Amino acid sequence: MPSCLIVDDSKVVRMVARRILEDLSFGILEAEDGKGALNACLEKMPDVILLDWNMPVMNGIDFLRTLRNSENGEQPVVIFCTTENDMAHIREAISAGANEYIMKPFDRAIIEAKFSQVGVL
Amino acid sequence: MNSQDFQLFGEIVNSRSGLVLTEEKIYLLESRLVPLARRRGLENLEALAEEVRRYKDDRLLEEITEAMTTNETFFFRDTKPFDTFRDVVLPQLLKARATKKTLRIWTAACSTGQEPYSIAMLLKEEAAKMAGWRVEIMATDISQEVLEKAKAGLYSQFEVQRGLPIQLLMKHFQQVGEMWQIDSSIRAMVKFQPKNLLEDLGSLGQFDVVFCRNVLIYFDQPTKSKVLTQVHKILADDGALFLGGAETVLGICDSFKPVDGQRGVYTSVNGGLMAAAS
Repeated sequence: MPSCLIVDDSKVVRMVARRILEDLSFGILEAEDGKGALNACLEKMPDVILLDWNMPVMNGIDFLRTLRNSENGEQPVVIFCTTENDMAHIREAISAGANEYIMKPFDRAIIEAKFSQVGVL
Repeated sequence: MNSQDFQLFGEIVNSRSGLVLTEEKIYLLESRLVPLARRRGLENLEALAEEVRRYKDDRLLEEITEAMTTNETFFFRDTKPFDTFRDVVLPQLLKARATKKTLRIWTAACSTGQEPYSIAMLLKEEAAKMAGWRVEIMATDISQEVLEKAKAGLYSQFEVQRGLPIQLLMKHFQQVGEMWQIDSSIRAMVKFQPKNLLEDLGSLGQFDVVFCRNVLIYFDQPTKSKVLTQVHKILADDGALFLGGAETVLGICDSFKPVDGQRGVYTSVNGGLMAAAS
């Protein structure tokens, strides 16, 4: 079973994403911010990370840069999932190493489409 | 809804578009025609049926048909047909048309334009192989309303996220307020035109590739057969016909045969796509 780490400071968003992804046969891990996500990755690298942008402690883009610059050879697929819905943010995320980008609000069809595009579904 | 009203709407839609409304599609009538009724200040579908019987207004019958034939679509729907087009069909046609350097593609029932624009974006990515070629993408639909939306190339945030890879959004779209608009260079590659598939298709000219996906499922057997026979006449013998996942030519039209190993792709029995390449 592929694993997905959902990183979002909103409990409701984590719950909605969890329901959709569990239904798509992913094993789910959760983190509330970038720092928590880094710890989760150190423990066990997930196959996919669904990543919010604006979070306390460490935001999504800083987390992504740290992850992509890490010495660790394993690099998961990272899909941003954020309310930042302008081209400048999209370009910044992709150049930082994101594989895909979801603009909130999302639904099951969007999650399925984006996960298929990056080859994890 | 009473059975007379259902029959009335069913006959209007069937005679004008070929679409067959079965009893289980009652929910579709309600979801699509109630907004139309409200726009005309009518309370419900019974009142709309009454209006139809009383005035027999051609514009109203057209609006009913349009509302019932507009179908949901998205960019690169099902992915695979577009991969097949790029990796199997296009290389063969580029070889076969190397002297003429022209390619005509038709997307029948293009709805709000996501399919022809997906093809246009794909061809733009392949531009290096097609220098000096004249490529025309013809996109038709029975509904004038969806064609207007298609021509504008303006899509909501939801629409651009269903099927469109982010790299292509970055490359070919501009943000316009809350919406996303496909670049004018892609829009210019597609020619939109109203067309009812039950009419004569000969005026569209000859094509090398036809995308007629998720259209035939709404027709009854004789209509499917009639449409496919017409499509055969305007498709090159070494061209390709793409149908939807739940559609086939088998048992309906013997002018086409399936292309080996390519699900949903058909070619003429007079020659055929693979034969042209070998």
